[in-house]
Amino acid sequence: MYRRHSLFGSLWRHAVLLLFVVFALFPILWVISASFNPANTLVGQRLIPGNPSLANYREVFTSEQYPIALWIKNSIVIGLITSTLVVIMTSFAAYAFSRFRFRGRRTGLFASLLIQVFPQMLAAVSIYLLVLSIGRIFPALGINTHAGLIMVYLGGAMGVNAWLMKGYFDTIPNSLEESAMIDGASPFQAFYLIILPLARPILAVVFLLQFIGTYSELILASVLISSTEKYTLAVGLQLFIHDQYASRWGVFAAASVLGALPIVILFLFLQKHLVAGLTSGAVKG
Amino acid sequence: MAKLIKGVFLGVLNVVFIWTALFLLGHQAYWVLLLLVLGAALVNFIFISEKGYPYRYLLPASFFMILLVVYPIVYTVYVSVTNYGTGNILSKEQAVTQLQERRILDAEAGNYTYTAYRDGAGELWFLFTSPQGELLLGHAGRLEPVQEGDERFSQLAQFTELTRADLVRATNELSALSFAFDETWQLQMRNINYFGVYRPQYEYIRERDELIDLESGTVYRPVLGYFEAPDGTRLTPGFREVIGLNNFRRLFTNPQVTGPFVRVFIWTVQWALLSVGCTFAVGLFLAILLNDPYLRLRKFYRSVLILPYAVPAFISALIWRGLFHTELGIINQVLRATIGSGVPWLQDPVWAKVALVILNLWLGFPYMMLVCLGALQSIDHEMYEAAVVDGASSWQQFYHITLPLLMVSVAPLLIASFSFNFNNFSVIYLLTRGRPPMVGAQTPAGHTDILISYTYRLAFESGRGVDYGLASAVTLVIFLITGAITFINFRFTGTLEEVRKNV
Repeated sequence: MYRRHSLFGSLWRHAVLLLFVVFALFPILWVISASFNPANTLVGQRLIPGNPSLANYREVFTSEQYPIALWIKNSIVIGLITSTLVVIMTSFAAYAFSRFRFRGRRTGLFASLLIQVFPQMLAAVSIYLLVLSIGRIFPALGINTHAGLIMVYLGGAMGVNAWLMKGYFDTIPNSLEESAMIDGASPFQAFYLIILPLARPILAVVFLLQFIGTYSELILASVLISSTEKYTLAVGLQLFIHDQYASRWGVFAAASVLGALPIVILFLFLQKHLVAGLTSGAVKG
Repeated sequence: MAKLIKGVFLGVLNVVFIWTALFLLGHQAYWVLLLLVLGAALVNFIFISEKGYPYRYLLPASFFMILLVVYPIVYTVYVSVTNYGTGNILSKEQAVTQLQERRILDAEAGNYTYTAYRDGAGELWFLFTSPQGELLLGHAGRLEPVQEGDERFSQLAQFTELTRADLVRATNELSALSFAFDETWQLQMRNINYFGVYRPQYEYIRERDELIDLESGTVYRPVLGYFEAPDGTRLTPGFREVIGLNNFRRLFTNPQVTGPFVRVFIWTVQWALLSVGCTFAVGLFLAILLNDPYLRLRKFYRSVLILPYAVPAFISALIWRGLFHTELGIINQVLRATIGSGVPWLQDPVWAKVALVILNLWLGFPYMMLVCLGALQSIDHEMYEAAVVDGASSWQQFYHITLPLLMVSVAPLLIASFSFNFNNFSVIYLLTRGRPPMVGAQTPAGHTDILISYTYRLAFESGRGVDYGLASAVTLVIFLITGAITFINFRFTGTLEEVRKNV
């Protein structure tokens, strides 16, 4: 499909890509700039601040009323646990949908996709009441616990992610597992030792998507978590800038930069898993 | 070894089942218990029988999906046919109890004069004199008759008598006190001078499910969540009850609710289509460019273009609100410097919509790019090699190989993305809050409100308290609309299954 480019061919490609780079980067650079601007306001902001200082960042770390650093830690921990469990559960489900034929398969696939249509936001009331009752049996999973919140997030493991993964598994040829099973491997071993390593790119994609989704989730977290020291960043930052973001622009910017940083780092770190081509290589080898 | 792990796993699960079952048994939640037993039996069958093998893989994800997605949906359906909301929060049992505790003054019983004392520990003692001149000693909610010269009577002399000024200061404390004659009649403060006899206002006849006003004899019967007299007078508080399709009737026949509904609906569809269309077009275009092995700086472009997705959406929306700020925002500053005038981004209906679409493109194109990149990478390169041998052009390769194979894994995501944006509450809420408001609309509807934000405002911000019943009804309507679109789309791409079987 792809060929070596002519000079013009490579010029327009880079021109278009640079245009999108500016579009993608400008808001981010603008906020980074605001975070170093001690004026703490939108008025007269420049891309390179006149007298840069760390005053906004100091405020983020020292404010006792708003422990933003703690919220970031909470969000990271919840996001990591949720995404790991979702990737495990989803890959199991996707493997069954992709490789086994069983009663209810089509219904299950259809239901898992259709159910995502339901706006979870308005189900928040029912979810709250449900977690309340679960908390009476297992207090560790109740209201205002991180475990309870993670449990709620796991409800979404099936659905879009399972579809994405199943689509990927489907494109991995059966022949690899068949030969492994002739050599005496169980279906689980075929899944664990052959499919999963080949599916690493999609596992990384699902992990990242889930992590970002969890990290940014606002409504359920604000319904289920009620004490300041347990807030996620989404809940806490929302309250921090509530009705005052014009006058707290600088501190908000610093908090945004710090809050976005863990995810950006994770992204750059996991990029190589997204580079693939494993499948066709494996069959050839 | 595998058998051992399976055994231990199943054992732990069963311990959890039994623990939960015992708890439910203790709380007499028999319906939930029945469901639990059925579920536990199913789980054990799946793990013991060979026939259950494929279902073992589905179990964890399905469990959480059923518990935390399916059940809340079912519960929402139930709430939609009830009047659950402010004024109807209590169960009928609780409402009856509250009404039974309501008391009225029995004027015929007359006034009780009193003297109040405080003992060394600060506790209050009362000496009441009935209209007939009998003396009663009141303490800690109880009354007992006393005579002058009694031991208990003379005890009072050792306490401090409260002066009138003390009484005025302690009014709140005193008026909260009640002294019981028997189970139903009580002595309570009427004013600073007197106590009066209070008796229950209503009596509940359980067999006939009626509430009778003991003074007037009016009979109140339960009607749609309230006890109602024949003349239509309602008693508050009401209670939670199934009221059938009343919420839906309100939704479709109450002009306040239905009026702007159509306009909001049209914008919701436009919004979802624009969001999916723009993000997918840009995402696929960039993915194809970046999947090109001959392109230089691919890694750089990819890392940078993914960045908007790395910023949590709620932060981005608030950042963009700063950028779109009409007086101070950088976008209008640039526009003023180049074309001479700014744009009323968040004040004008059309520009507010443009701002939303730009924001959502920024938020969403990296996701589409990631998804398309993932799908492109899973396409077998041998297909292209074969196509090149057959003399296919780049466009033919894209149209006949890339697009169909890409759609296998991406089409369901486009559908999901459509319904996600159909209900993308947070972007709308954080950037425009649905503003600017529609002129002449009686409800708080805005030009950029989508269905879900419109109903959110109707249900939760209407100034009349929460209305879970109506909110759930609206949720179901939204669910039906998006569900229908999804279903049609699914049938349309039903070729998905066929395509998949051939792979």
